[in-house]
Formats: sequence, C-alpha cells, structure tokens
Amino acid sequence: MTVDPRRTALALGRFGLGARPGDLASAEPIRDALRREVLAGAVAVPSGPDLEAAPTLLSALRAEEQARKLAREGAPEASLPEGPPAPPIQERAYRAEVAARLALAQGAPIGFAERLVWFWANHFTVSVARGPRLRVSAGAFEREAIRPHVFGRFRDLLLAAATHPAMLIYLDNVASVGPNSPAGQRRQKGLNENLGREILELHTLGAGGGYGQDDVTALARILTGWSLTREGNAEGLPGATAFRRGEHEPGAVTLLGRTYLDVGPEQLRLALADLAAHPATARHVALRLARHFVADDPPPALVARLAQTFLDQDGDLARVSLALVEAPEAWDPVQRKVRSPQEFMVAAMRGLGLAADPRVVMAGLASLGQPYWAAAAPNGYPDEAGAWAAPEGLRARLDLAARAGQLAAGTDPLALADAVLGPLATDETRTALRRAESRAQGIALLLMAPEFQRR
Amino acid sequence: MSDHADLCETHPSRRRILGTAGALFAWSAIPRTATAAPGARDARLVVVVLRGALDGLSAVAPLGDPAYADLRPGIALTRDGPGAALPLDGFFALHPALPTFARLYAARQALVVHACATGYRERSHFDGQDVLESGQPGPGHTASGWLNRLVAALPAGEGIAPRTALGVGVVPPLILRGPAPVLGWAPPRMPRASDELARRVLALYEAGDPALAASLARGLDVDALAKGRPKEGGPKEAGGLRGLAEGAARLVAADDGPRIAALALDGWDTHANEGGATGRLAGLLGGLDGVFSAFAEVLAPRWADTAILVVTEFGRTARVNGTTGTDHGTGTVAFLLGGAVRGGRVLADWPGLAPARLYQGRDLAPTTDLRAVAKGLAADLFGLSPAVLGRSVFPGTEALRPVGGLVV
Repeated sequence: MTVDPRRTALALGRFGLGARPGDLASAEPIRDALRREVLAGAVAVPSGPDLEAAPTLLSALRAEEQARKLAREGAPEASLPEGPPAPPIQERAYRAEVAARLALAQGAPIGFAERLVWFWANHFTVSVARGPRLRVSAGAFEREAIRPHVFGRFRDLLLAAATHPAMLIYLDNVASVGPNSPAGQRRQKGLNENLGREILELHTLGAGGGYGQDDVTALARILTGWSLTREGNAEGLPGATAFRRGEHEPGAVTLLGRTYLDVGPEQLRLALADLAAHPATARHVALRLARHFVADDPPPALVARLAQTFLDQDGDLARVSLALVEAPEAWDPVQRKVRSPQEFMVAAMRGLGLAADPRVVMAGLASLGQPYWAAAAPNGYPDEAGAWAAPEGLRARLDLAARAGQLAAGTDPLALADAVLGPLATDETRTALRRAESRAQGIALLLMAPEFQRR
Repeated sequence: MSDHADLCETHPSRRRILGTAGALFAWSAIPRTATAAPGARDARLVVVVLRGALDGLSAVAPLGDPAYADLRPGIALTRDGPGAALPLDGFFALHPALPTFARLYAARQALVVHACATGYRERSHFDGQDVLESGQPGPGHTASGWLNRLVAALPAGEGIAPRTALGVGVVPPLILRGPAPVLGWAPPRMPRASDELARRVLALYEAGDPALAASLARGLDVDALAKGRPKEGGPKEAGGLRGLAEGAARLVAADDGPRIAALALDGWDTHANEGGATGRLAGLLGGLDGVFSAFAEVLAPRWADTAILVVTEFGRTARVNGTTGTDHGTGTVAFLLGGAVRGGRVLADWPGLAPARLYQGRDLAPTTDLRAVAKGLAADLFGLSPAVLGRSVFPGTEALRPVGGLVV
C-alpha cells in the first residue's frame, strides 16, 4: 500500500496533535496507524510525584487550609518556615497535572488517544474556575474518570464521571439530600438538581433529547446520597466518593417513563446505564464527536452512522472511534476546523520541537482563552470557529506566534514547513516564508498560515 | 522555552476573577450614527449579560411580599439589622452589595424591571442564553445575536468608517455575533507582534482564507483605534473585572469609539450556599457593582447619553433548595442604568409569591417580556422603528409592544 504524505499531514492535524519533524516520512499508511492506536486500547497515564488520587489531594487541601486558618488565628509561637512560602497545594497540583499532560502531548506518536481524552474531558467538564477544591482535583478527574474509559464503554465513562469527587463537588451533588431521607428530615435539607440536569442536557440525551422538568427532578432524587466521605469516618479517606444511605431519597423514582426501585447505589447505575443506551444519547455524542473532529456543521450522514455504531456496539467507544477514522467524510481534504488554542499551542510545540516550560504554555493558553480544565460553565469550551477564530483570539495567536518565532529563530522556516505541513503548504505560504525578513518572522508566519491554523 | 518564563504575563488578579466571576467578554459596535442628524442624540448602549441565571429575588428582594421570607430561610434579605437591604420603594429593596446602583437609583438614573423573562420557558442555561442573546423566540438559532442585528439595522451615517463591532475578550459572545462586522479587544497580556508581521499574515490570509482574513483584520483595526489613547488599563493596571470594565468604557467613551458594547460575566449559577446579605451571591453582586462604578466614572463625559442594560437568561426557584441555594427558575430582574435612563423606579407587574401564583408551582412568574424592554430602549435611544425591531432585531415580536418611556 502506498503512503500518501498529504493524507498523513492532514490526519496528524485532524485526529492527532500535529506533526513533529520526521512524522510525515512514516512508512505506514496513516489510517492503519490510527486503527492500530485505537485497537491497542492503550491510553497513557500521566505520571509525576504530585499526581495523587483525588481523595488524597482533597484531604491535603483541607489540611493545608486548616493549618493556614490556625496560623492566621494567632499561635504566634508557631514558627514560620524559612524562605518564601510554598505555593498552595491546589497550585502545585494543577501545575504538575498540566506539566504531565504537556509531556504526554509532546511524546505521543500521533496523539489520537490524547485528543479523545481532551474531547471527553470537555464533554464531562469540571472546571478549576470553581475554586480550590476543583483546582486541586480537576487533573485527577481526567486521570481517574476519563482516561480509563476513552476506549471503553460509554456507560462506564458516564458513571465514572458522574460519581467522581470533582464532578460531585462541581455540580453541587455533595450537598443534595433526599428531602424524605433520615438526614433530610433531621436537618431540613433537600434536593439540588444541578448535576441531574446537566447529566441529561450535556452528558447524555442533550437539550431537546425529550426530557422534562420531572425527569430532572427524578434524576436528582436518584443522585441523592452520592457524596463524599466525611472527616473522621472509618469508611475511607475523606474526600472519596461515598453513597450515603441516610441521605438518599427513599422510594421508587420514575425517569423517562421507567421506574427505578430504591435499591441503594444500584439505582443510579441502572438509571445511568439506561441513559447511556438511549438513542438520543447516541445522537448527541455522535454529533459532538463529528463536530469536534470533522466540521463545525458536520455531514448528517456521518453523524447518523456514528450514532448507529454507538447503538449497535453497545456504546463501545473504541468502535465509535474506529468508525470515525473509517468514515470517508472524516478525510475531506478541505481543512474545515480551526484549531482550538490548546491544539494550536501543542501543535506549535511539537512542530518546533520545543521542550515547553509549562508556565509559559499555561500563560499562553490563558491569553488565548483556553487554560486546561477551566471552562466558564459546565457545557465546556466551545467547539467552533466562531469562538476561536474571533478577531481578538487571532490577534492573540499572532502575538504568541511572534514570540515562538523568536524562541525558535535557529530553525529554517521552509525546512520546517516541509517537515510539519509537507504537501499541505500552499504556494502562497511558501512564497511568504521565502520572503520573510528573518527566520523568526518566517516561523511566526508558518504558525499563523491557514494550513497550520486549520486542521 | 525554559529560560523565558518571564516572557508571558501571568495575571493572578485575572485568575482570581476567573475563580469567582468567571470569564469575561466585552464586545461593542460602532454604528454609523456618529454623524447622525443635527440635534439627534449620539447614544451609547452597553449590554451586560449575566450568565448562569441571576437570582432576581435576592438581587432585588420583594420584602413587601408576605410569602418572601418564608420561601427563603437562610438567604432572605431583611429591612433591618446588619446587612440590611437598601430600600428602593415601600415594597422592593436592593441587595446591600449594590451601593453604586442604589446611588444611581436615588439620582433617578437607574431602574429595575422585575418579574421579567425572555420567551424561553425551559430551564437549560445554554439554551436560555442562546435565546437571550440571539433574540429569537426559541433555542436553536445561533447564527447571530440581537445586538449585532441592531447594529446592522441602524441608519447609515455619512463620512464614517463602515459599520464595525469591537470586542473585549478573546471569545465573542453570541449577542454580538452576526453579519455586522465585529472587532475584538482584550487587555493586552503579552507584547504585541510587530505591525510588519501582522501585515504579512494578513496578506497571506487575503490570498487564500477570506474568513481568517476578515477576522484578523478586525482584530488589528482595534489596535489602530486604541492608538493615541492614554496608555491605561495595561497588564499592570487595575486587573480583573474592574480593569476590563474600565478598558471597555474608555473605548466606548471616545469620540470615534464604539457606540454599542456588550460585557458577559459568568458564575451566577448559585445552586448551593448562595448566601444572603453576605456570601457567594453578595460577592458576585459586589463585582457587578464595581463594573457599574467603573462605567459611571469613565463614561462620565458621555453619561447623559449612556444606557446600560443588565440581563440574565432566567431566574431561580422562589423557594430555597435543599442546599441553601436556588435551582433554575423563570422570572427574574433586569437592571437599566445610565444618565439617559428615566430611573428611580421599579417596573413590575408583580405576580406575587403565594404558592398558587408561582410559575409551575416553583418560580417567580414572568409578567414582563424582556424583549419589550430591549425594544423600548432601542427605539428610544436609536430611533429604530417598531417594524424593524419586531422583524429583524427580535424576530416574531411584531405583536409585542416596546416598553415606552425608559429614556430621558
């Protein structure tokens, strides 16, 4: 089988994290390589000394906050540690998590699995913008709830995401109590429908997926009791997910016409499994996947096929991912998608072979409006050119490209164009690079070229 | 890149804001009205979108409603004591975190519209925001926003650059997206690329990618507009929300600056531990009050011709939920302030909070259509006809009469 370098270059941007020098010379047809990545089923595990389990991180945060409170409240005899104060745990954890992701992104041969991790982490958004407890645990959420299931079953991904401590905190389920449960009666507490609503609207059926306010309330009832282990509890580390019977709303609940008996934690598992298998969920997930990888307004036939695969294969995400790679529509030679800020920064890093200082990348992503796990709302970051190719967004990319050009001024722009764009580079781009006043300017032009900005 | 950690500014102040009020955008437009007919008002309109659903019953509390306090144990405002609400009239009182608004209200430059809502009656934030910002009767129409169509509908002036829109923030909100061109501006966070590089990139786009070319051109236009302005609001200046509001206000205040702007603030989704006179919502309202104060200060020379409209996608449940917060609801408040506003009033056809009066037994019932308020404002400020407003700015609202008398 012959290798078409144009398809290789196209696919490295569309499905992967962007070409590194040498990648376009690969002897393996790119679709085979993508299939191989999916069938291997391996999703890299970020590593590093500060990458602890979510309950450990949440406990450490609590301990630090208590220690700071004590120090503030006096105790002048408490000796202050020497030197400048260490950054708080949530900052240390967040930076370590981002640094680990950047290392993975730099080293991934193609990066399809990483791109899927980004996609699913955005589908099940938790946001560090919410405060320290999310800042300390958002990376752990991605490691513990998303990565293990990217090539697994959607229902397992859904259950893992919905019941992870970070999600329970982010969408307020930790405090939601069945009004007729013992705890609800005793403490005059009740429902909080935030998580129930967003599971239906964002994670599964989608808006217009045929549910009503009664279903939101029903799922919120089913979710009551799903909270975190409290301090001083023998059950486990504080901050771990726990199903608290005494806070769970008793009785059967009807959701989307089906009745779920109060059988303890199984009630949620059954309800989520049914939601995961719902045709509206298949359509919703298919549309989002196609929109992310192919086009802002993806071909309906592609969406329908992905949805059918989702249903036929019982939500097997490896099969759905393969269906995407096999779809002719996904190989449209026109680069319709504008790279998100995250995709742009990582592609630039990989193309230039820069060992990125995570602080610099984090500042760059902040200036472009897409820091890791920091969406403004539970619907995650947008996935369309209207948001990312906006005037100020492009202006900020230009500033970043100029900076990157200065950092990589030892690189020859035309050689780099051959290495990372190959046949995608247009004559106009090559001419512009040839006429550049300096190497730095040439590199910046290459990074801003339409073939690099799009995928 | 490891030796260059200092090259990009990091902004703890902005991060802090992201942690509380969420991300911010401000966009604005330059209609061709700068050379409107002699004697015609050269009006400024700023729209502030509060994303996440503001609890109108806490922002402007109906203390005179007998059901109010019982619905909201733990978060209800009070007439007396520490953190007492600021009286507006005998019935309504303002949240104590809004002193600037209270001052403007006393000066008859601010008014409240209560028990209002768009035409949307479901409870999804994202659909609700789409309806609020698109100005369409229902969700699913995200091609353009009503403020953009308002700009497009303004009568063309003479001797001024083509209609453009200008924005602060890197992602444009839907309310200003659409056919009328949109520029962008954000507080600079890193050194700007050279003009020469910008010119070359633009030329490359013009050769093969018209969409990117149009967008970048508008991003660059703002630099030209900002040139010659006092170098304020830079990365080392007042950060966060206030800095952003000041930067946007400065552009809006300029003679050749934009006349229409929008600013979006996130984080109003107070499902848990909402707080009363103090707490989570109080903090958010305090930030909003700071935005009011920044606009009032910086726009002082234009204040008599300025109106600021503050809107949110829907309200929150009348009853406090099980976690001392409130869930998604329906009716809520809108704020209107500025020297051009006929203020000192609460506009409300009050539906009451008795159980039978609540919408679906849970929410403040909406009695005023927010679009009627926006239409009234647009008609009085810019002289747009009811036909245009009902057809292209807020499609399908031909039968909805604009609220009159909002403007001095």
